[in-house]
Amino acid sequence: MSTKLHELSRSHAQRRALKRMGGRERRDALWGLFFITPWIMGFLAFYLMPMVSSLGFSLFDFTLSAPEDARFIGLDNWQRMLFDDPNTWHSMKVSLGFLAISLPTMLIFGLLLAILLNAKHLVGRNLFRTLFYAPTMVPLIAAILIWESVLNPSTGWVNRLISLSGFEATGINGLRWLDDPSLVYFAYTFISLWGIGNAILINLAGLQNIPTELYEAAAIDGAGWIRQLRKITLPMMSPIIFYNLVLGLVLQLQYFIVPWVLTEGTGYPQGSTSFFMVYFYKQAFTFQNMGYGATLAWLMFVVTLIITLVLFASARFWVFYGGGRED
Amino acid sequence: MDTTRLYDPHGTKLAAYRRAIIRRVLVTTLALAILSLYIMPLVYALVTSLKTPEQVSEPRAPIVPSERVTYDYQGDTYDVYNVPTEDGMQEWALVDPGRRCSGFIDINNPHAGLIEWEGNWRGLEPVRELSFYWSNYPDAWNRIDFPRLLGNTLQYAFITMIGTLVSSSLAAYGFARFNFPFKNVLFFIMISTILLPPAVTLVPTYAFFVKSLGWGGTWWPVIVPHLFGNAYNIFLLRQYFLTIPRELEEAAYIDGANPLQTFVRVILPQSVPVLTAVALFHFFFAWNDFFAPLIYLAGNRAENPISVGLSEFRSFYQINVPLILTAAIISMLVPLMIFFLAQRYFIQGIVVTGVDK
Repeated sequence: MSTKLHELSRSHAQRRALKRMGGRERRDALWGLFFITPWIMGFLAFYLMPMVSSLGFSLFDFTLSAPEDARFIGLDNWQRMLFDDPNTWHSMKVSLGFLAISLPTMLIFGLLLAILLNAKHLVGRNLFRTLFYAPTMVPLIAAILIWESVLNPSTGWVNRLISLSGFEATGINGLRWLDDPSLVYFAYTFISLWGIGNAILINLAGLQNIPTELYEAAAIDGAGWIRQLRKITLPMMSPIIFYNLVLGLVLQLQYFIVPWVLTEGTGYPQGSTSFFMVYFYKQAFTFQNMGYGATLAWLMFVVTLIITLVLFASARFWVFYGGGRED
Repeated sequence: MDTTRLYDPHGTKLAAYRRAIIRRVLVTTLALAILSLYIMPLVYALVTSLKTPEQVSEPRAPIVPSERVTYDYQGDTYDVYNVPTEDGMQEWALVDPGRRCSGFIDINNPHAGLIEWEGNWRGLEPVRELSFYWSNYPDAWNRIDFPRLLGNTLQYAFITMIGTLVSSSLAAYGFARFNFPFKNVLFFIMISTILLPPAVTLVPTYAFFVKSLGWGGTWWPVIVPHLFGNAYNIFLLRQYFLTIPRELEEAAYIDGANPLQTFVRVILPQSVPVLTAVALFHFFFAWNDFFAPLIYLAGNRAENPISVGLSEFRSFYQINVPLILTAAIISMLVPLMIFFLAQRYFIQGIVVTGVDK
């Protein structure tokens, strides 16, 4: 590791750059490099090297229990993953399908709740803010266990509450949230909604940064609430929505814990919860298939990268950086 | 006194005032309604943790924790039912159950002796009274072995908290105050690691830790990666360091301190709020961390943190819903307590990372 660091700090271009500097500038640069050394070491050891080796692993048939039998197989893992293994695309479809339901719900809810919690007519705003944040503090596993039983078809309060409205939700033909492939993503989305506290806080801070004169001017021009939302709030909030969108997307693509705790990776019901990361986990850690696991991980990386790049490219059409806050 | 305020011949100000009140009521009611739905599962968990498993599986049981009322009669204990009679509903103890006809004792008038009642007793509603089944708490605490899980989790949280505070603040100071070659590129790379899916680095790291170092089943592979700084923390700390006036450091330099001494003596004491925020973030992260302990501790149950322990507890006691919910509640006491005590620092940190990017 230390030789690697040495190489980095004395790379050719850097040496030239350091040479050009005066004595004081040079001391400054060396101190700067000294301070970031821990991060550089961590980056090399836990990001760059593993990423590159991961690509290398994908060219091998390599099982951890029998490392001496590892052999180079070229692109066979890639061929298998992309063309021969139906689980790859099934699990990718599951992950993206869930994402398509959960992410917009989380973004819209996070924004609407922030608008509500920012309303000047709301009595007891600080208390409301703390209480709406509280579920985010519930540890995820505890939240999963709570939602699992509150969504129980016959004894859970969700179905009992729905039944009060007259719809028979608790019976045999009722809402079987976690057993019905068409409902299970909504059930998981409920769990996700318990984790949007940070997004709400960031949205709130963003809303407070919008100059009130904009709303006053709009009100004088006769714009109603919806029009103000569309013409002022959404454009002014677009950088923050973009931030929540990108981060949420990357996190939700990694979706693993909820299906793992609730189904132990079986994909129940009917394979609808075989998320990509669950499949990756099984290949890499249950079967200890390092070569194929690394190939799947690289696919996840490429897909995340493409989606992120598309989002960043789209940003200039809808993200409004007029607030002067961007530096 | 402002007389223009009082002069209101057409009542327009009164109307505006009334409108404001109506808006307040509407907005607050809406918030209350959404809030009660949002935290309903928490209330459900609290209520259910005080119930017996028997009450949860009984579909007609009330939603509040309760217990069947029993009656001791001549040395035996009998269940009490609501029995419809000519004199209205009576609370009678079932002494001699039969299919068509059963014998009851009126618990308010036991001396009257056995009363014959025509009908199937199975259709009767048992009498229940409010009763909290507290013993779920000691029961869950012992069965999940909470002190051991807590010890493992706290040990992990504190070691890595110190590690990440030291390394992240050093790196943040480097990025905030010094000019070095490729600084902007390195900063960009650092921020990009936030968007990198962890899976892509996981397989070789795992092979290295478990096969090359033989660290499988121990905490080392979970702890070590946190000792080298984390992009979120570095970013947050850097934003804060940028707001500290340089004059303070220059005074230290004149006194002959080097940058490291200046950092320790001037910058760190100025940064207690942001260091607290980073420490809190890390604590909550560690309390929730599931994936790394799951793969690296693999099967070494004595070393489990609270997250993995709780998920295993679920698979062992799946049938006993109150016990599982009690364990879930026990697992959130520490984070919730810390949050309510320190929410100010915590919330500021979230807002800075989100809005300044």
